[in-house]
Amino acid sequence: MSEAMAHHAEADRHPALAHHFEGLPEQKEAAGLGMWLFLAQEVMFFGGLFTCYTIYRNLYPAAFAAGSAHLNWKLGAFNTAVLIGSSLTMAMAVHAAAVGKRRQIVAYLLLTVALGSVFLGVKVVEYADKFHHHLVPGEHFRFEGPLARPAQIYFSLYFAMTGLHALHMIIGIPILLTLAVLAHRGRYSADYHAPVELTGLYWHFVDIVWIFLFPLLYLIPTHAPH
Amino acid sequence: MSAAAVLPEPPPPKTNYLNVSYGVKSWLLTTDHKRIALLYMASITVMFALGGTFAALIRLELVTPPGDLFQAETYNKLFTLHGVIMVFFFLIPSIPATLGNFLIPLMIGARDLAFPKINLLSWYLFMAGAGFAAWSLINGGVDTGWTFYTPYSTAFSNTHVISAAMGAFIAGFSSILTGLNFIVTIHKMRAPGLTWFRLPLFVWAHYATSIIMILGTPVIAVTLMLVMVERGLHLGIFNPALGGDPVLFQHLFWFYSHPAVYIMILPSMGVISEVVAAMARKRIFGYGIVAMSSLAIAIIGFLVWGHHMFVSGQSVYAGMVFSALSFLVAIPSAIKVFNWTATLYKGSVSYDTPTLYAIGFIGLFTIGGLTGIFLAALGLDVHVHDTYFVVAHFHYIMVGGAIMGYLGGLHFWWPKITGRLYPEAWGRVAALIVFAGFNLTFFPQFILGYMGMPRRYHAYPEEFQVLNVMSSAGASILGLGYLLPFAYLGWSMRYGRAASANPWGAKGLEWQAASPPLTENFEVQPVVREEAYEYAHAPQERAVV
Amino acid sequence: MSERHQSHVVSPLLYLAVFASLMVLTVVTVAASRFDFGPWNTVVALGIAVVKATLVVFFFMHLKWSSRLVRLMAAAAFMWLALLIAGAYSDYLGRGRVNTAVEKRSPTGALLEDR
Repeated sequence: MSEAMAHHAEADRHPALAHHFEGLPEQKEAAGLGMWLFLAQEVMFFGGLFTCYTIYRNLYPAAFAAGSAHLNWKLGAFNTAVLIGSSLTMAMAVHAAAVGKRRQIVAYLLLTVALGSVFLGVKVVEYADKFHHHLVPGEHFRFEGPLARPAQIYFSLYFAMTGLHALHMIIGIPILLTLAVLAHRGRYSADYHAPVELTGLYWHFVDIVWIFLFPLLYLIPTHAPH
Repeated sequence: MSAAAVLPEPPPPKTNYLNVSYGVKSWLLTTDHKRIALLYMASITVMFALGGTFAALIRLELVTPPGDLFQAETYNKLFTLHGVIMVFFFLIPSIPATLGNFLIPLMIGARDLAFPKINLLSWYLFMAGAGFAAWSLINGGVDTGWTFYTPYSTAFSNTHVISAAMGAFIAGFSSILTGLNFIVTIHKMRAPGLTWFRLPLFVWAHYATSIIMILGTPVIAVTLMLVMVERGLHLGIFNPALGGDPVLFQHLFWFYSHPAVYIMILPSMGVISEVVAAMARKRIFGYGIVAMSSLAIAIIGFLVWGHHMFVSGQSVYAGMVFSALSFLVAIPSAIKVFNWTATLYKGSVSYDTPTLYAIGFIGLFTIGGLTGIFLAALGLDVHVHDTYFVVAHFHYIMVGGAIMGYLGGLHFWWPKITGRLYPEAWGRVAALIVFAGFNLTFFPQFILGYMGMPRRYHAYPEEFQVLNVMSSAGASILGLGYLLPFAYLGWSMRYGRAASANPWGAKGLEWQAASPPLTENFEVQPVVREEAYEYAHAPQERAVV
Repeated sequence: MSERHQSHVVSPLLYLAVFASLMVLTVVTVAASRFDFGPWNTVVALGIAVVKATLVVFFFMHLKWSSRLVRLMAAAAFMWLALLIAGAYSDYLGRGRVNTAVEKRSPTGALLEDR
């Protein structure tokens, strides 16, 4: 390892290489670590909500089951499939970048955006339905039977958890679109496509959150609670 | 000898990170970690002054037994704002965002942090959070206590809870990004030869702190978010009328806020390790153990949050477990105290300003830590919970510990940061005034709490007045003690003597950079060939008189 | 500094296989919710979700081919979440168990019969 490293060998440096890194591999490893750390904090961020869910589902199992019965599991399952599909297209976009296929990157990114938008569209339909049936917590909340009060907690968690999840998708989609534009302009190659990979990690994380939300919110069995 | 490429004391290069460019844009759009550190330093100093003003008003009210200066509702806002500002906008960022940002790349021989732009974003997020807090303040403040307990904060308070909570929420992301930056930097950007167990303990301390920032802060972020939506949109997560449990809020709140106190103290401990080693001219006794103890504090610190909730309605069973674990977390802290003491023993100690702060830290932190053990004992805590005993305990750690560490570090690295020497005599005087003022302010509060004076009350029974007057008198002295460094450090930036690269003759890569450093820190990449704190071989005499 | 592979190129066929598995597991999770496994209902649902999440993390997110450090970080995140949930939940499990009060009460204060 040479002692006196020249500060800049300008001609050799990749345009995407930042001044404080020695080379692209180091920069890429650092970026990857950074994104995983960010996702670690996201786990804890959503985790607070999962904690509330765990506590309240165990305190009020019947109310949670009754609330869950008002959710359309078919739409939920459809959305699950759509989101997992968007994870596939995202993974394919990263693959396309890794083998340097410019048009494929753009295509898969746009597919991911499309599927993500379908997901959000379905969510809009679901939320509108809740609003229509007075299931939005607050002064207009109406629920039949003695479980009305804890059912409002269930729906509060439903909106908080799916709302936060949807917010993450709403943030992700413009990022994906930006990547598509940059990919179209030839910014990414087999040597350098870290932003695509990192966004992929983020998108897969959003998928994972939904993988848990779906059974926990939509599929609570309405058998005898214990 | 470390890096072979360092020549003996060349004249400082004319261009450094301070004068390489001028103008507001060059500062507000900088990605240089050193400039960002100074941006933070300015911001947190302002926040400290604001939080300190509220403290002054509190102590002013408490000079007399009746609540005659402020109404109860106003007083509630005073202690809330004091807490919110001091915790979220001063203590949590303080050392990491200023000294950590400035020194970590230098200490590991890097040109910058891993993500310089994210570093700048961190500062802007901090400012945005502070903006929301200021908005809350200007519009009449918030009165829930810095702990935002539900259901008062969600349903009953008539003050600006949402903007205050939003301020803390945004500031939380500033903290998360700082921690993220530090961890990646320390993993990936160490100089050749700088193995983990050659790292300065300051770096170990910040690594441990960063773990807490990443894993803890998001929990309070989502919890404050729930408070905001419950209050604003009437979602009902903590609402008892629906069957919600306010204690669940407390679990989520303290899951972060207990480890948060370790965010506040670990960096300070890192400073003390550096100062003690340099001033005793000795390798820190038990270096490896001290490094590991930082990690142990960070990890065990996540297991004890329920000790804030002994009387909240939490199950006694859980309380017993949390109590036992809280005793455990004291052990790594105590280890550090023993090791610093052992380092000073038979060291060649020079009693400069940083040393005075460091020794003050060791003593005051010990008192604060021991009283923490009292509070960890469930049976005793039941009696002193929500009294001034608790207030005294945490101020001993946060002020007697964390802030003294910050001031000590500020003085120790001042020559590096500014290229100037501060006036040493003033430094020592101020340190002694701070120490005296601090003890006069907070020691009486242990007694007051033990005698039963509740916290967060603006009026109290006659028999507590003498101790309260002592405490308020102490606060005035402490305030003076804080104003002095502000004055002479500011003075030194213009008129102080020029500093050499290594005025203390200390070990550490940061002392091989110029004072102040170049923007890219080192002209030549340093290579490390010796262990940390190799003082036996140090050839340089100390240049500071 | 290790010269790690630039980026591990995964075969699209593997991705498709993972995707198919995830679809199948989604069907399984819906089907499973029709049955009553008694106290195991939640365990089954969460177990399937964990398997799905693991597939996404290991294959889509390349954790299978990532460094030990990254795997440690991923593991730590989930461990910490488990700690939060377990810690908070232990409070609720323990309420009313140690006989400190004459009457047994619900978390929100309502009087309960003996459970």
